[in-house]
Amino acid sequence: MNAIFSRGPLLGLRLFLAVLCSVGLMTVDRYTERSTQLRSFLTSVVSPLFYVASLPETLLSGATEQFMSHQRLLDENALLKESLLRQNGQLQLLGYLQQENTKLRALLGSAPLTDGQRLVAEVLAVYSHPFSHQVVLNKGKNDGVTVHQPLIDESGVVGQIVSIGPTSSRALLISDNTHAISVRAERTGIRTVAEGLGQWDLLRVIHLPQSADIRVGDRLLTSGLDGLFPEGYPVAEVSLVQKDESQPFMTIYATPYAKLDRIRHVLLLWQGVRTDDVLSPEEPK
Amino acid sequence: MRTSNGLGFIYLSLLVALVLTVMPMPQQVKLFRPDWALLVIMYWTMALPGRVNILTAFVLGFLTDVLVGTVLGVNALAFSVVSFIVAVNYLKIRNFSVIQQALLIGLFLALYHLLLFWLSHFLTGVYFLPAYLWPVLTGMLVWPWVFWLLRRYRRQFKIQ
Repeated sequence: MNAIFSRGPLLGLRLFLAVLCSVGLMTVDRYTERSTQLRSFLTSVVSPLFYVASLPETLLSGATEQFMSHQRLLDENALLKESLLRQNGQLQLLGYLQQENTKLRALLGSAPLTDGQRLVAEVLAVYSHPFSHQVVLNKGKNDGVTVHQPLIDESGVVGQIVSIGPTSSRALLISDNTHAISVRAERTGIRTVAEGLGQWDLLRVIHLPQSADIRVGDRLLTSGLDGLFPEGYPVAEVSLVQKDESQPFMTIYATPYAKLDRIRHVLLLWQGVRTDDVLSPEEPK
Repeated sequence: MRTSNGLGFIYLSLLVALVLTVMPMPQQVKLFRPDWALLVIMYWTMALPGRVNILTAFVLGFLTDVLVGTVLGVNALAFSVVSFIVAVNYLKIRNFSVIQQALLIGLFLALYHLLLFWLSHFLTGVYFLPAYLWPVLTGMLVWPWVFWLLRRYRRQFKIQ
């Protein structure tokens, strides 16, 4: 075996070829438009692996549900019913407000806000590599998912779809350091951009001059200006404001509302189509 | 020496390593997750350098890129480089005790993370946090077990 193998230069050549291929791949992935298609294709190829990898967890959670006591189930049921009742009450008010809003907008002559379709998707895998915050979802092209589609959970914006396979898709989270989202401060209406840092609980708000009116605790909502995220969804809460006169801009950090590190279910949004109900809701967990 | 002896078993172990790489885990544990795929490829490169070397490492690195979602080619390059170093020095590394090996593996893992960070910084502008280096330590700690397990596996199935 050693006789076959003691060929140093051949190894060097192989390394050279591997490095060359890698650099080629990086260039294609980073600097050309083809990468989305390529990634979508690759995502669909490897998606069975994700199903296999999440199998133990699924089994485990299935088992815990099996062994849950009757009393605990009853308690949970009561709790859920109560929260449903409360939320339905709020929804009635919301329906009325929406109607009023549409009327007012019609009076002002501005375009009405539309509710889009929604689809519940389950998170198959959360990959926590510090250099890429992405999740894999169990919905894909067959369910009508498209690239750049926004994603929310019950408390705020989560991210957007970046590549799709037939039955699974991959979403980039707002905390990824290649992601930025256009936001508006709820209190003052200042528009700015919140970019991810590669940390689960931190976003950086950039390009706000020293004179801008923003303080800790301000809610940041999507502004809709990026053309991807619909307007008015909560994104993050300002957690730190540092004013340093020697810098052109303030240093501002914000904490996302969505629990990005422990998402299980997300809601995919479609813009434009007016339907109020959730498409194919999954059985509640 | 028979040809193509147990190549399937090698690929099976690599597949298991990939599954471990993407297995869902609590957030606090994830930070410490060892680089299973790299550890396994290092073992096979050291044990059977004629069968598993840079090409296998490259393909596995590419698959890791696809699974993890880093820029395509980043892990492929880092895996290839580490595999090259191991393949060139496999005779020396084999003669070390497991503890010494673990220290050396730590060095390789640190190199891997350095390469990964450096490329990602260049391509996407990530920021460095010392916490990113935890897998180096956990990788060193699990190496004796990985080594022992894979050696038993190799002898059990007579992979040559």
